[in-house]
Amino acid sequence: MSDILEVARKQVLEQGVGLCQEQLIEVLRSPDDQLADLLALAHEVRVQWCGEEVEVEGIISLKTGGCPEDCHFCSQSGQFTSPVRSVWLNIPELVEAAKETAKTGATEFCIVAAVRGPDQRLMSQVKAGIEAINAEVDINIACSLGMLTQEQVDELKALGVHRYNHNLESARSYFGDVVTTHSFEERWETCLMVKASGMELCCGGLVGMGETLEQRAELAAQLAELDPHEVPLNFLNPRPGTPFGGLEIMAGKDALRTIAAFRLAMPRTVLRYAGGRELTLGDLGTRDGLLGGINAVIVGNYLTTLGRPATADLDLLAELKMPVKELQKTL
Amino acid sequence: MTTLDMYCGHCGQEQADGSHEDCRRALMLEPPRYCAECRRRMVVQVHPMGWSARCSVHGDVSSDRR
Repeated sequence: MSDILEVARKQVLEQGVGLCQEQLIEVLRSPDDQLADLLALAHEVRVQWCGEEVEVEGIISLKTGGCPEDCHFCSQSGQFTSPVRSVWLNIPELVEAAKETAKTGATEFCIVAAVRGPDQRLMSQVKAGIEAINAEVDINIACSLGMLTQEQVDELKALGVHRYNHNLESARSYFGDVVTTHSFEERWETCLMVKASGMELCCGGLVGMGETLEQRAELAAQLAELDPHEVPLNFLNPRPGTPFGGLEIMAGKDALRTIAAFRLAMPRTVLRYAGGRELTLGDLGTRDGLLGGINAVIVGNYLTTLGRPATADLDLLAELKMPVKELQKTL
Repeated sequence: MTTLDMYCGHCGQEQADGSHEDCRRALMLEPPRYCAECRRRMVVQVHPMGWSARCSVHGDVSSDRR
């Protein structure tokens, strides 16, 4: 076993102390012939500090497209020539989506809007949606509505929003290459307000956007500093018409090393498979990641793209003897 | 794809123009964005377990009814 894996075994597995940025760079640079050992260690860490359960979530786009921001990976920006057209979801369809999600055994249902931050119309739609879902579906509701004011944080908290998603997207040093219409600090500020409110913070990012390995480690370290309850890990799915539309799909082994590194940076977090895994990892890699530090999945489709059938993921969890987290429990 | 499909749902180009092999592969992981009959961009809503799309001229299509 390499030096860094021996260090990680003592520091992370035995003491529960995440690796620092410099140590994460070593993990991300580790050779292919150590990947199996790295994933096995990350899985041990996950089981040791989070347990065997896997958290299942579904997501839905409440407001698609027409976003004023220029996140270079996103097909929903109104600044690019993406084929995605703007559309709002109505409340009955939102409730139906929550029901579909709950039927999979999911405990989280995340309502997402492609906006810089919510305006009055969106907040009203979210409020109506949450009330309608709560009347018919037994599931935790999460929201992802962009950057918030303190008043909006308070309003979402009062509505009973269980978790709020706001990703850092990329490392601070690479953020300006990914987004120019708002700053890393603005994102950080919203995350801090969410944490202070008592809502659970869901904050992750994307990898495979042209960042260096060092910047990938930097992102993990910055997330660890923020200490979110959940970290969704996305792999770039290059979208036609976006500035990152021509980038290569990330190599599967690099993606797996990233999963393990994120787990070794944040031993206690809910580390969720999010978008892009179907392309980057495929079926075999999906299994490897679940045995390499992942302890949560988005089942079914994403916001504008499709995922594996929910049954494929649920069958895989059953095969791996990983119990799905039940409602009202906290990982 | 049906026999009525004149245009590729992924890129919007004529089906007869090239093989669209990459497009067919892409459509396994994303909904169509262009109407197969007129290549207009459709309004598409992705749901957790499916998708629906509307062409302003040719109406609705969904993952249940392709």
